[in-house]
Amino acid sequence: MVINWGALGIVAIVSLVIGVLVVVLASLALVGLSTREPVDLDPVSADESPIIGRGGSKLSPTAGTVVATACLLGAAAIVLYGLYVIVF
Amino acid sequence: MDITVIVIVVIVTALAFDFTNGFHDTANAMATSIATRALKPRTAVIIAGVLNLIGAFLSVQVAKTISSGLVDETRITPTVIFAGLVGAILWNLLTWFLGMPSSSSHALFGGLIGATWVAAGTDAVKFVGLIGKVLLPAVMSPIVAGLIALTATYLAYRITSRGADATVKRGFRRFQVVSGSMVALAHGTNDAQKTMGIITLTLITAGLLPPDAGPPFWVVLSAGVAIGLGTYMGGWRIIRTLGKRVSDIQPPQGFAAETSSASVILVSSHLGFALSTTQVCTGSIFGAGAARRLASVHWSVAGQVAIAWLLTLPAAAVMGAVAASVATTGVIGTIIVAIVLVGMAAGIYAASRRRPVTAENVNDVPAPQPLTAAV
Repeated sequence: MVINWGALGIVAIVSLVIGVLVVVLASLALVGLSTREPVDLDPVSADESPIIGRGGSKLSPTAGTVVATACLLGAAAIVLYGLYVIVF
Repeated sequence: MDITVIVIVVIVTALAFDFTNGFHDTANAMATSIATRALKPRTAVIIAGVLNLIGAFLSVQVAKTISSGLVDETRITPTVIFAGLVGAILWNLLTWFLGMPSSSSHALFGGLIGATWVAAGTDAVKFVGLIGKVLLPAVMSPIVAGLIALTATYLAYRITSRGADATVKRGFRRFQVVSGSMVALAHGTNDAQKTMGIITLTLITAGLLPPDAGPPFWVVLSAGVAIGLGTYMGGWRIIRTLGKRVSDIQPPQGFAAETSSASVILVSSHLGFALSTTQVCTGSIFGAGAARRLASVHWSVAGQVAIAWLLTLPAAAVMGAVAASVATTGVIGTIIVAIVLVGMAAGIYAASRRRPVTAENVNDVPAPQPLTAAV
């Protein structure tokens, strides 16, 4: 009896990469979108603070929105590829 | 029995199985979305039902999985297929009554194997195909899906700990609508095709379709409608088990579980592995539950689910075998099996009405108590 362990391994690894990647992108997008919430953010210091090198939640709302948009587009591309796989 | 009469009986029974498949598996796509209130229960089953119907039209790759490799199709008759379906339907109804997320695919495989074994002998069952195509993926897929969901959930909590709580919760709830829909669509492409495969196989064995024919349009349509309607009915008992009894699932966990399930199902069907959507989704939910806190998972429920999984194939096989031994005796035998099926189905339904689980009370379960539930 021949069991195709290689193919089973590929299924496991590819699913792991895709599944984890989508969740990480979605999570990063939400951290980015959180910068738009007025609650935890002091607007003055946020405007003055350098964006690079600060924690995710300390991004300016604009930078946060940019990060969120990029991450969501990445996740959406993977979802669309998933739909493509289903259909074709 | 007249060949066309038994063919009609098989088609009706196959569509009945498809219907049970639908409501048995609504939980796969929507249990966590309903539990986290990302979707209202009724909205969730409408979306899942429609996407199952659409999914049925999208692909015909899986339709052959069922008809080749497990049993020697040259040695079975429509009556044997009928008996196999009876075994599968009864096991699906029983596990639904108990709220157990068992695999509809394994019930179908088991029923067919049992019926073939009795009607055509042991050597008509391809055991090598059974191990490679069914048993090994059955053991591996929920573990792989669980580990992916565990990793993804852990990372989701780590990353979003820097985000605003309200945004994160609201965001994951919205994402869940997409991830749950992907699982529902993938389910439609996989499971509706199993019934299409059965009906097509029956039409071929009866000589009504040429060998190697694909499913005709009316077969695709009726299978899609049957599984869509079944999904819309909502298997609320199983939704309650997966959404509330396994662990108190939060939006990040629900999203991670559904995303993991969708990726495992899509990647494996792309590479030609037929696996149980139910087992993948259940594995993901346990993984996602364990990632937040190991003790937040009700491991006793996990034990019950594991027993249901182990029993599904042999139990459906025994029921299929008993049905085949009666149905293959002739017309009266087939009628007796049909009457017993309808009677038992009505009995299980009547029993379920004593303590009904509906869209209204599906989430009304005390959340599992962390720590005290730990083994």
